[in-house]
Amino acid sequence: MTNQPAKPKDQNQNSFDSSSLVTIYVMGKAYQVPKNLTIMKAMEYAGYQFIRGCGCRGGFCGACGTVYRTKDSYKIKVGLACQTVIENDMYLTQIPFFPANKATYDVAKLEPTTQTLVRHYPEIMRCISCNSCTKICPQEIDVMGYVNAAIRGDCERVADLSFDCIMCGLCASRCPAEIVQYNVALLARRIVGAKIRPRAPHLRDRLRELETGECLPAVEELTRLGEQELSERYYDKKVRDIEPE
Amino acid sequence: MYPDSMRESIRRMEATREARMKQTFPMRTAEEKKELLRRFHPDYIEESMRKLAVGPNQGERTPNELADVLEAWPVFDETSIDLSQVEQDVDVLIIGGGGAGAAAALTAQAAGARVLLVTKLRTGDANTMMAQGGIQAADKPNDSPARHYLDVLGGGHFKNIPSLARALVLDAPGVIAWLEELGVMFDKQKDGTMITIHGGGTSRKRMHACRDYTGAEIMRVLRDELVNRNVSRVEFAAAVELLTDGRGTVTGAVFVNLETGQKWIARAKTVILATGGCGRLHIQGFPCTNHYGATADGLVLAYRAGAKLIFMDTIQYHPTGVAYPEQIVGLLITEKVRGLGAQLVNDQGNRFIYELESRDITASAIIRECREGRGVRTPTGVFGVWLDSPLIEMLKGEGAVKASLPAMYHQFARYGIFMDREPVLTYPTQHYQNGGILIDEDGLSGVGNLYAAGEVSGGIHGRNRLMGNSLLDILVFGRRAGKAAAEAAKATKAVPELSLKHVAAFKRELAAAKVPRSRKSPMILPDYRQPAMRGRYSFLGPDPECVLPAD
Ligand SMILES: Cc1cc2nc3c(=O)[nH]c(=O)nc-3n(C[C@H](O)[C@H](O)[C@H](O)COP(=O)(O)OP(=O)(O)OC[C@H]3O[C@@H](n4cnc5c(N)ncnc54)[C@H](O)[C@@H]3O)c2cc1C
Ligand code: SF4
Ligand code: SF4
Ligand code: FES
Repeated sequence: MTNQPAKPKDQNQNSFDSSSLVTIYVMGKAYQVPKNLTIMKAMEYAGYQFIRGCGCRGGFCGACGTVYRTKDSYKIKVGLACQTVIENDMYLTQIPFFPANKATYDVAKLEPTTQTLVRHYPEIMRCISCNSCTKICPQEIDVMGYVNAAIRGDCERVADLSFDCIMCGLCASRCPAEIVQYNVALLARRIVGAKIRPRAPHLRDRLRELETGECLPAVEELTRLGEQELSERYYDKKVRDIEPE
Repeated sequence: MYPDSMRESIRRMEATREARMKQTFPMRTAEEKKELLRRFHPDYIEESMRKLAVGPNQGERTPNELADVLEAWPVFDETSIDLSQVEQDVDVLIIGGGGAGAAAALTAQAAGARVLLVTKLRTGDANTMMAQGGIQAADKPNDSPARHYLDVLGGGHFKNIPSLARALVLDAPGVIAWLEELGVMFDKQKDGTMITIHGGGTSRKRMHACRDYTGAEIMRVLRDELVNRNVSRVEFAAAVELLTDGRGTVTGAVFVNLETGQKWIARAKTVILATGGCGRLHIQGFPCTNHYGATADGLVLAYRAGAKLIFMDTIQYHPTGVAYPEQIVGLLITEKVRGLGAQLVNDQGNRFIYELESRDITASAIIRECREGRGVRTPTGVFGVWLDSPLIEMLKGEGAVKASLPAMYHQFARYGIFMDREPVLTYPTQHYQNGGILIDEDGLSGVGNLYAAGEVSGGIHGRNRLMGNSLLDILVFGRRAGKAAAEAAKATKAVPELSLKHVAAFKRELAAAKVPRSRKSPMILPDYRQPAMRGRYSFLGPDPECVLPAD
């Protein structure tokens, strides 16, 4: 076998070269770790077992927002711990939780007017266009841009700009106007999905067919077939033709 | 950025691109598929499996890593728990805060039950959040639930439980409509028509997507809805044992607060397990695509309570895991990349399999290429094959990669690899648990008042699940289980009795089978620390048998 999959206990070992170590500081404390690891794997190497600050390990859940500085730099940087590779002399702290305001609403009763977002989140009007949110977003989203669109009441623009948001909360942690940008964006997307875009017409047709039971006999028939007969139909190009690309 | 050694291989691949674009690659016949699986699929490696010595599936084969958690001692002494101290008392207890758990909680609460959802990490820190590709439903005029059914069974090698597959395909359009009403932003045309594409094993384009954040979009909407509807939730609490009345009916669960180590009890009339899969067991040492909490806990708990599992000898390896760069090895490259037209190409620049065969077939073919010396070698000695993603730009127009695969694009761009111009290197990765707790159409397991929904359950997908049918199944069966569990709870008048007798009985079986006492489960979280630091779960308190001596 050419690929020798690593044993679980070697998940970390297999991906580093322990001959070249770098120094990282986890909440101020120094550790020597192999270079090229992600922040998450480096902290585990150093002996931390995550409870908070680790979810999907793949850049989707926003649990692992990390703020860091490198030596002799005034700049604060951010990254997702599961995606960012460590550098020498990185001072790390994770922000796995940041208290956030969330409006509650019944989506079915929402009106998609230009006022809906402001009514639920009046604080967006306080945005001073400092752009701190955009600068910090690890997903490289134009956060200020969508907040401005929210102020204008342009839900579709908010939805489009914010679609890649993983709700890590880093933008809210930096906002001088105390806006929780990602919750505003979530409301906008739900309005677009539920209220602005037309419902799929073919879906209604199929639901009607299901209600009248029209689709049922064909399925019932298949449920009664044995493996052999099913296999014959499955491989029969006339019964199961493949829709062309 | 690719090293020179890999660049050479890329050039070989680019040289054949023109010709490959025009080539149609034949599907494998049933015979060829069988042979491919037998010779190359990890499920067929005899030494990697063993027969279970205890429990309801005694005598059946399962991967060693799964056997190690199923045949293991509890993490705490059941006599140390004070069963009179009931912290939460509800109708329906939902364990697990992914898509299945959220759908179950919303449905059960809407049906009038008092519900509590408890989850190990945050709500949505779950495999559901990671699903990129899409969700299937037969809702287009050229498609039908019957056609969907045939595809599901073909994918599952015709071993699926018919009544479960039937429920899956018949409920599918309703689930999409439910999500649409909740405001999930599916990819649509101006008039509202869903943009649907192929996935592996689909005979019609029935994959609905939300760019490549399909699972994330669904999960963030469901989570928002849980908050809006004020569903009670407890996070960072792991279920470590179920409670029963001592006569085979489930009546609640024991949880541990992961931060303080405190154990607490929830009493419930019905319990729904929605704890997801087992990727973090790293079966056969494969890397995995799953979230941090995918440690098979639900299987362990249910097994001890007497629930029968099904298809526990089959694991799904996703054909296209990342094989380079090293930092993200094992993460998923969604099937949608192939759905959009990217081809699999070996080191010699040749295609070797039709890209949209079912996953087990495609994965086996990639393993074959690498084992037979046609794989691309990375500097660390890992092998893989190319996924020719720039083809997408040629087929669908410039900018197509960034527009349809923003998450994927980002993931590689962070490491200086740009998918719209360069191919990406892939090798199979552990992805999904095909089997699980055997359920019926209501999600009811073989144990009284114990329901299961989502990846923890088994039977729906037979021996192999098709892409897009899991996001569907978690919602179909999450909703079915939620409704049924709420109704069953209403019918239960007496206050449920609480006991851990089933655990004591299971321990007797373990002792008789001479299972080493150091082997404990559920795992709760994987331990990726250096060996000297492993085993010290602060939240479980000192345990002389599993804690290593202080150095
Ligand atoms: C990277 C990736 C991509 C995928 N892409 C697709 C796709 O495109 N289409 C598709 O259909 N499917 C896809 N899948 C599969 C699909 O996403 C999952 O099978 C599905 O979401 C599982 O949902 P679930 O609710 O059953 O489990 P999960 O979403 O994993 O949720 C389980 C929850 O239970 C919690 N939990 C676990 N143990 C305990 C415990 N002891 N106590 C309390 N809580 C616990 C977990 O922390 C988690 O929150 C993908 C999966 C992955 C990993
Ligand atoms: S918009 Fe805010 S919450 Fe969303 S990903 Fe960017 S920083 Fe995180
Ligand atoms: S950080 Fe706050 S105030 Fe500054 S631009 Fe963003 S939303 Fe506006
Ligand atoms: S752990 Fe989910 S984004 Fe990093």
